Amino acid sequence: MGIEGFSIAEARFLAPDVKLFRVVAPRVARKQQPGQFVIIRIHEHGERIPLTIADSNPTEGTITIIVQGIGKTTKLLNRLNAGDFILDVVGPLGRPSDVRLFGTVVVISGGVGTAIAYPIAKALQRAGNHVITILGARTKNLLILENEARAVSDEVFVITDDGSYGEKGLVTGKLDALIAGGKKIDLVLAIGPIPMMRAVAEKTRPCGIKTIVSLNPIMVDGTGMCGGCRVQVAGRSQFACVDGPEFDAHEVDFDGLAKRNAMYRESERQALEQFVSEPESGPELIRHRCKLEDVAPR
Amino acid sequence: MPEQKPEERRQNFAEVNLGLNFHLATQEAMRCLECANPKCIDGCPVGVKVKDFIALVLTGDYLGAAAKIREDNILPAVTGRVCPQEDQCEGTCIMNKKFGAVGIGYLERFVADYERESGQIGLPPIAPPTGKKVAIVGSGPAGLSAAGDLVQRGHQVTVFEALHEVGGVLVYGIPEFRLPKEIVRQEVENMKRMGVEFQTNVVVGKTVTVDELFGEEGYHAVLVATGAGLPQFLGIPGEDLCGVYSANEFLTRVNLMKAYKFPEYDEPIYNCRGKNVAVVGGGNTAMDAIRSALRLGAKNAYVIYRRSVAEMPARAEEVKHAREEGVQFLLLNNPIGFLGDEKGWLRAVQCIKMELGPADESGRRRPVPVQGSEYVLPLDVAIIAVGTSSNPLVQSTTPDLKTRKGGYIEADPETLKTSKMGVFGAGDIVTGAATVILAMGAGRKAATAIDEYLRTGVW
Ligand SMILES: Cc1cc2nc3c(=O)[nH]c(=O)nc-3n(C[C@H](O)[C@H](O)[C@H](O)COP(=O)(O)OP(=O)(O)OC[C@H]3O[C@@H](n4cnc5c(N)ncnc54)[C@H](O)[C@@H]3O)c2cc1C
Ligand SMILES: Cc1cc2nc3c(=O)[nH]c(=O)nc-3n(C[C@H](O)[C@H](O)[C@H](O)COP(=O)(O)OP(=O)(O)OC[C@H]3O[C@@H](n4cnc5c(N)ncnc54)[C@H](O)[C@@H]3O)c2cc1C
Ligand code: SF4
Ligand code: SF4
Ligand code: FES
Repeated sequence: MGIEGFSIAEARFLAPDVKLFRVVAPRVARKQQPGQFVIIRIHEHGERIPLTIADSNPTEGTITIIVQGIGKTTKLLNRLNAGDFILDVVGPLGRPSDVRLFGTVVVISGGVGTAIAYPIAKALQRAGNHVITILGARTKNLLILENEARAVSDEVFVITDDGSYGEKGLVTGKLDALIAGGKKIDLVLAIGPIPMMRAVAEKTRPCGIKTIVSLNPIMVDGTGMCGGCRVQVAGRSQFACVDGPEFDAHEVDFDGLAKRNAMYRESERQALEQFVSEPESGPELIRHRCKLEDVAPR
Repeated sequence: MPEQKPEERRQNFAEVNLGLNFHLATQEAMRCLECANPKCIDGCPVGVKVKDFIALVLTGDYLGAAAKIREDNILPAVTGRVCPQEDQCEGTCIMNKKFGAVGIGYLERFVADYERESGQIGLPPIAPPTGKKVAIVGSGPAGLSAAGDLVQRGHQVTVFEALHEVGGVLVYGIPEFRLPKEIVRQEVENMKRMGVEFQTNVVVGKTVTVDELFGEEGYHAVLVATGAGLPQFLGIPGEDLCGVYSANEFLTRVNLMKAYKFPEYDEPIYNCRGKNVAVVGGGNTAMDAIRSALRLGAKNAYVIYRRSVAEMPARAEEVKHAREEGVQFLLLNNPIGFLGDEKGWLRAVQCIKMELGPADESGRRRPVPVQGSEYVLPLDVAIIAVGTSSNPLVQSTTPDLKTRKGGYIEADPETLKTSKMGVFGAGDIVTGAATVILAMGAGRKAATAIDEYLRTGVW
């Protein structure tokens, strides 16, 4: 935790717009459990955004985060490189995943959801489960962590929307096929875009297969203090940052979540447009901070 | 007190009260009768020597006056601005009944500002190092005041804060127009110069537990001062609609994340310009939230409160300022449901009128609904400010720390010792949501007890 924040030990792209960072954060690395996340802020004018801890190395004191650049903050983050600093990193936040022996577990992830699913799949396999992973992506070059997923799964199916790699189709189609094939499934874990998680929940509900999803509402503090991350689960308001982020998929009000996530769409669009038109202003802020602190008395 | 004109200030986030000048300060100080038995001091929860500091103001020794206040109160620039003086020092001032109380809060603020602007803050001497380490969890007024006292007594003090900025409610809750953040920053700077270490981005209970602070991290005592920061909601239909905020979220976005400067700052907030905004509640938090919304451009700003103005817990000055700025008070009204559109956005609130019945256990008259008085008020943003409860992260990971109803930490009222050896508790996390000065007083009490424990080893 130096003066500039948390230093980046390694940074590399896994796919276009998807970047992996190893960040020095020893206290977080020591405590992290699968399913937990950090909240970061990049510069003095920045917003706080949640990112899952995809991996951690307590000996080195580093955590791994994998970021998809979709808006201003994540795109700016993805411009950082090894040797740069992230101003604030706080965590590990959220409840750890419920990792125990279930039997056969199907882990379904779409897009950057794979980054969130990977540490959980790894823990589930270590706990003795038979792990079947269904990896989904729009197209081949957006697929991430395939090798990592293979290393922690007993079976892997890759599905792309356009058929450019693996099977063509949707991840739910594969799940259907597994269920129809008479596979005894004890738990399904689905992490990805809201429509995908909702579709999985609807597939497993009639067969009574326990299904867990990891939700991504808008967060500010991540400690239960603002209530901005509230979601309706089983008809009750839950704070995803402290009560989740994982919940029983059959109890989640996905519709409400999708609506609340759209709340700042206009501001997000404005911020992104401005950032795209002056892409240097963001990094400038980051550099500016370092300079200021170089001369500031400690 | 000179202040910004209402029509100007409702357009900006600059401080409303402009502060006394030398002339006004002298005039106000001259009103003090220098009572033989000064009642004002009894009214102050930490016993600031009001009479003595006012006497120093009269001699022109402003730095001396500030030092006098600092003997009992280490954040005078803050308390001078935010104490509910009318219920405390000024409420008991002998002048209050007939002529209006001496403006003790204004004078306190005046000397503290003078001291800060002079750059001559007299930092107290630091005792030789004791070799003992104290961890303070939470950097609100309770944690800060304890840190200041403990470092003076030669202990090594680290303050852990979950957020990225130090100050607790003083930075994330109370807005710039009432308490400029620069003042808090300056006080924190002073403490750093005295040797207090601050570690932000540490959530005790998550990043590190209390037991680990004693174990691996080698602390000899821990003070839990985590505040009562959990938002309460109303539990009525429609509370999850877009446009419904807790006051904590709304104020955190505005103050801590500076959303009022979007897009210069990245954190967004609902664009209130030209919109109808209401806050539900009648405390300081409610006033702060609705006056922030007004400054964000709200067309209509309402306070919906189920009791009458007499029961409003907010500082009298804040209610007056809010009225002057054009906030509309819907007193004896209670929301019973929020109505949304098909996209999940708030469009109206359904309210019912109330009337005051007999007094309840708190001594306040209980509001009861008037049958058939329901009505619908068009609304774009609703902010819920009906109180907060205890933050559970420390308690839930420290099994041997006893709590009472509501999850608040049990602590001895005199020594602030908890059920766990070496752990003390102070501020809102012990008392429930209270005031800055009470939290500060508790922090100082805890510091005295911690110092004694560290020196004697006796629990
Ligand atoms: C528990 C959790 C874990 C997550 N893990 C990852 C991860 O490992 N990798 C990854 O790439 N993304 C992850 N996300 C999503 C990530 O936080 C958002 O993509 C990011 O905040 C977008 O910010 P932006 O400024 O770049 O985009 P914006 O343009 O601001 O927003 C794009 C969309 O991101 C969401 N979003 C915006 N601000 C926030 C916020 N403060 N909190 C949460 N969501 C927000 C909204 O749905 C919004 O519509 C996670 C989210 C949560 C809640
Ligand atoms: C909007 C608003 C306006 C107010 N106005 C007034 C006023 O005008 N006058 C007045 O006297 N009082 C006012 N109050 C009340 C007053 O601010 C509080 O009573 C006071 O701040 C309590 O101090 P504290 O030190 O106990 O806790 P807080 O100020 O709440 O500080 C607690 C700190 O602990 C941190 N924390 C919590 N959990 C953890 C954890 N697990 N690990 C690390 N850090 C943690 C929090 O992030 C926070 O920074 C107001 C409160 C609010 C919300
Ligand atoms: S600390 Fe508050 S109550 Fe005490 S004298 Fe100062 S303003 Fe009055
Ligand atoms: S009670 Fe009022 S008049 Fe008397 S000493 Fe105190 S401030 Fe002065
Ligand atoms: S992010 Fe604020 S309560 Fe969850």
